[in-house]
Amino acid sequence: MSEHAVNPWVAIAYLVAGIFFILALRGLSHPTASRRGNRFGMAGMLIAVVTTLVTHVIASLPEMLIAIALGAVIGLTTARKIAMTAMPQLVAAFHSLVGLAAVLVATAAFLDPGGFGIVDAAGNILAVSRVELMLGAAIGAITFSGSVIAFAKLNGNMSGAPILLPGRHVINLGTIVAILGITAFYAAVPQAAAGEGWMFWTALALAFAVGFLLIIPIGGADMPVVVSMLNSYSGWAAAAMGFTLHNTAMIITGALVGASGAILSYIMCRAMNRSFISVIAGGFGAESGSGAEGERIDRPWKRGSAEDAAWIMKEAQQVIIIPGYGMAVAQAQHVLREMGDLLKAQGVTVKYAIHPVAGRMPGHMNVLLAEANVPYDDVFELEDINGEFAQTDVAFIIGANDVVNPAAKTDRSSPIYGMPVFDVEKAKAIFFIKRSMSGVGYAGVDNEVFYMDQTMMLLADAKKMVEDVVKALQH
Amino acid sequence: MDFVSILSIFVLACFVGYYVVWSVTPALHTPLMAVTNAISSVIIVGALIAAASSGTPAAKWLGLAGIALASINIFGGFAVTARMLTMFRKKDKPAGKGETR
Repeated sequence: MSEHAVNPWVAIAYLVAGIFFILALRGLSHPTASRRGNRFGMAGMLIAVVTTLVTHVIASLPEMLIAIALGAVIGLTTARKIAMTAMPQLVAAFHSLVGLAAVLVATAAFLDPGGFGIVDAAGNILAVSRVELMLGAAIGAITFSGSVIAFAKLNGNMSGAPILLPGRHVINLGTIVAILGITAFYAAVPQAAAGEGWMFWTALALAFAVGFLLIIPIGGADMPVVVSMLNSYSGWAAAAMGFTLHNTAMIITGALVGASGAILSYIMCRAMNRSFISVIAGGFGAESGSGAEGERIDRPWKRGSAEDAAWIMKEAQQVIIIPGYGMAVAQAQHVLREMGDLLKAQGVTVKYAIHPVAGRMPGHMNVLLAEANVPYDDVFELEDINGEFAQTDVAFIIGANDVVNPAAKTDRSSPIYGMPVFDVEKAKAIFFIKRSMSGVGYAGVDNEVFYMDQTMMLLADAKKMVEDVVKALQH
Repeated sequence: MDFVSILSIFVLACFVGYYVVWSVTPALHTPLMAVTNAISSVIIVGALIAAASSGTPAAKWLGLAGIALASINIFGGFAVTARMLTMFRKKDKPAGKGETR
């Protein structure tokens, strides 16, 4: 039985853990400092765990060590084996675990409030703790079921297409209001003994349902926002449990993670020129680009070959490569780097341009290029490189589409209007790798770039096509 | 600690988080998600307390399950972050070509 913060050193140890977590994130401001930051994170976690273990009377140490070892084996094996292209799924899966862990801890605290020191003299759970518990459990449950759906969509177990239920906004809002109402009611009841009351279980069940309902209407292209949002939720869940336990390490971490996910969601939304509400409301990509459908047929376009691409790029001063999700799907990052190296050997300046929403999670393309040994000095963000297209000989687009669509700048009726895009149309020549002319981007809009005079379409699997370009360059 | 001091810590930490995360370079946003995921598993503290308490068996088993789940995240999250960050290491200028083929 432990009272909160009996020993000031305990509180200080948790505070140090919290500070180490801040330093872990701070390290990510630059690649060179980042690995040290990660070690700060590990040290912080060790401090938090050891402090908890030494300050509690432990009835079941062997079981706990087995649980930790089990988690360690699963976690380390997964981390080592996972393909970099599968990072979005992995992160979604990890979020679901944090959510479920929060639910388990909240439920344990509900069943055994004495062990958490949150009961009053009469054996009732403290009113403020009831609110914290319920919120922690509810946010955890939403994180869990939402992340499971996000995982299934990213991993291809479930279609990425939005599933639209009639009246879904009313259902979702109504359920969230019900959860809050039940929480308020639970806080107000006079009797709240351990494990008693229908309120906790009802709110928990509703929260699981909300997480599920919130994510199914959201399409694949909006997954970067969803993954960031769930990241944020997992933080708020940890913070809520930190309030219950009066634990500064958990509160600081929860706030950091919550803020991090919220900022990433904001960056993603801004990069698509969409409001957070419209992303969460879902359904994007379901209503396909209305007017453009008819006129797409029978417009002239030029087909290029790998030899054309190799020959023109070899003669270029500067080539800008724009990768998108298609590169990840085709696993083309390694051969793409090889192509870049061959061009550099010919004296061509090669740069990689990355849109904030390229891929399925923030920074997805950067990790894939880093995996393929592309130096990070060659990789540029949208705003840093967009002025250079006018002085660029070749824009090489691989697996991207919406992020190079000029309709975002010109066509007010387009669903992607207002989204910041690369000015590829200013480049002297454009190579556009695409599987076929039939598919359009996730937003379902036609792309003017396909039909421009300086564009050559390279229709093939991205990896196969780049391999052919590499072969042609070697001759 | 009373509720207001906890709330103060929380609100200040939100501000710290806000400024720290904006300083993260966009190239490292995927490692950022992986590492935030790992550190949010500090929820393991709650699971340890639940499992350590000799209150009710149900709470103990929930705690043990929580420990296992959070451990997957802690070990997996930090390891995968470390793996990604190694890829962002400064490449050796001339030797970086072709030898990894």
